[in-house]
Amino acid sequence: MADVIKKATRESYGAALAELGSKYENLVVLDADLAKATKTEVFLKKFPERFYECGISEANMMGVAAGMATCGKIPFASSFAMFAAGRAYEIIRNSIAYPHLNVKIGATHAGITVGEDGATHQCLEDIALMRAIPGMVILNPCDDTEARAAVEAAIQHDGPVYLRFGRLAVENVNNAPDYHFELGKGIQLRDGKDATIIATGLMVQQSLKAAELLAADGIDVRVINIHTIKPLDEEIVVKAARETGLLFTAEEHSVIGGLGEAVAAVVAEQCPVKVHRIGVQDRFGYSGPAVELLRQFHLTGEDIAQTIKASL
Amino acid sequence: MPEAAERSTFMEMKLQTQLEKTACQIRIHAVEAVHAAKSGHPGGSLSIADILACLYFNKMRLDPKNPKWEDRDRFVLSKGHCAPAVYAALALKGYFPVEELLKLRQPGAMLQGHPDMKGTPGIDMSTGSLGQGFSAACGMAAAGKAAEKDYRVYSILGDGETQEGQIWEAAMFAANYKLDNLCAIVDCNGLQIDGNVAYSNSPASLQEKFTSFGFAVEMIDAHDLDAIMQALDTAEQTKGKPTAIIAKSIKGKGVSFMENNGAWHGAAPNDEQFKQAMEELHAVLNKLEVE
Repeated sequence: MADVIKKATRESYGAALAELGSKYENLVVLDADLAKATKTEVFLKKFPERFYECGISEANMMGVAAGMATCGKIPFASSFAMFAAGRAYEIIRNSIAYPHLNVKIGATHAGITVGEDGATHQCLEDIALMRAIPGMVILNPCDDTEARAAVEAAIQHDGPVYLRFGRLAVENVNNAPDYHFELGKGIQLRDGKDATIIATGLMVQQSLKAAELLAADGIDVRVINIHTIKPLDEEIVVKAARETGLLFTAEEHSVIGGLGEAVAAVVAEQCPVKVHRIGVQDRFGYSGPAVELLRQFHLTGEDIAQTIKASL
Repeated sequence: MPEAAERSTFMEMKLQTQLEKTACQIRIHAVEAVHAAKSGHPGGSLSIADILACLYFNKMRLDPKNPKWEDRDRFVLSKGHCAPAVYAALALKGYFPVEELLKLRQPGAMLQGHPDMKGTPGIDMSTGSLGQGFSAACGMAAAGKAAEKDYRVYSILGDGETQEGQIWEAAMFAANYKLDNLCAIVDCNGLQIDGNVAYSNSPASLQEKFTSFGFAVEMIDAHDLDAIMQALDTAEQTKGKPTAIIAKSIKGKGVSFMENNGAWHGAAPNDEQFKQAMEELHAVLNKLEVE
């Protein structure tokens, strides 16, 4: 078997910006001294005059992006999720979202898989913070195909968008030739009748793995990929609740305020079934290799399979 | 400094009188709006009235019939709480009916407690959370340069507001990108909610700070219209760096009992106080109209 090619979604982000720069002349990119890590450097090399180095000042970067958006630019303001959603939260809220400006926030290095840098850099609350802001769109693509498509979908959407990308290289799962990214629409990657895993980001790959493991034990699990956390595809969630009767959510984020709670709220109101939230259990991360951290925080396919088996 | 009488007047006297009248009308409408709303920030609104008269009625390239005109000069009230004065200037300029001013801060009204670019024609940026507007002004200036447009961007900051770290992040950005189409005007009325604005001048004065941050700095009296116009012109002629006009003002300027009194930062006058304020301001206006 040939080696599976893996790619981090931050790489896809940088590549997509550079590629789409020619198509969208108003696209500009801002970074806060992390262009090498967020991969916006790829855009910088191709379009130096449309790249703004803001220095280590994320608050100002978000405000500058807001001002540019009022003048017709489509700014992508980039930093690590921690410093974008975290440090600059109130600027995103008041200067970008309140006036509903056309700013795209490219947040890389989200989640526990930042790895060795540890808790200060492992943002596990960004989805919760962004979900609470009226009018904010949240995209959390799971692989290269989806990340590139998400960047263009963000450009085509008029209004603020938070895009969440990872540092860990992941396998491509959206390989269907007719793949189509539709903002706000979940994708069913595998059908099943016993339960449904609703996953986002790199937990999609882990969930597919869990489904395979469970299939070997005769358990038939549906897997849904949610690349748009807000607005959430309520239809696909309610359908899964109705047809499989048991939901598991999987996210590389705190179980507080993330996809799990978004799904739980929808089914509580429209089709009450039990929802198990798989994610980081209200705690901070710590340093370690990304793959090992996924194991230690019980976020692997094996962990998901075990959780499902235990609850059936 | 020469005596006032000896100074060569930068502006023609007729224009100066006209702008003085406009500034007085801005004050009257701002106080009326705050009184009607029974809340708001009269002190700072009164301290920036002369600057607004110069910007909106002489300096800025605007088209009230086309508020989103892409070649217009931009204005960002970074100290967003002084919105009543900007609303008054916009109404006088014809962006919306003057009657809207008396609905300030009411549910469903166009005029929010702090500027809302979505709801109010002529407002270029939503502000209110201190320290944020100046960054947006930098973004507008950078976008203008990128598009090779010749519009200018003006932003009024409070001296208290400069205590926000984001102001200095923005200042670094402005200097680094040589935003000579950007002009910050710092309304130095010396008072903030908890007392005197000593913190802003620590460890160095705002003049020293902005100079060391790469700005051309103009020091003026915020109520000397001739000086304001001169400084705005100098800023426009300055190339390669942004300008900060440090404007020493009197909080509550024009209403005797509000002047230099921090209690009027965020309090509305009662009916009796309002009556006195109107008497004082209208007396000034009437005198100017006789001239």
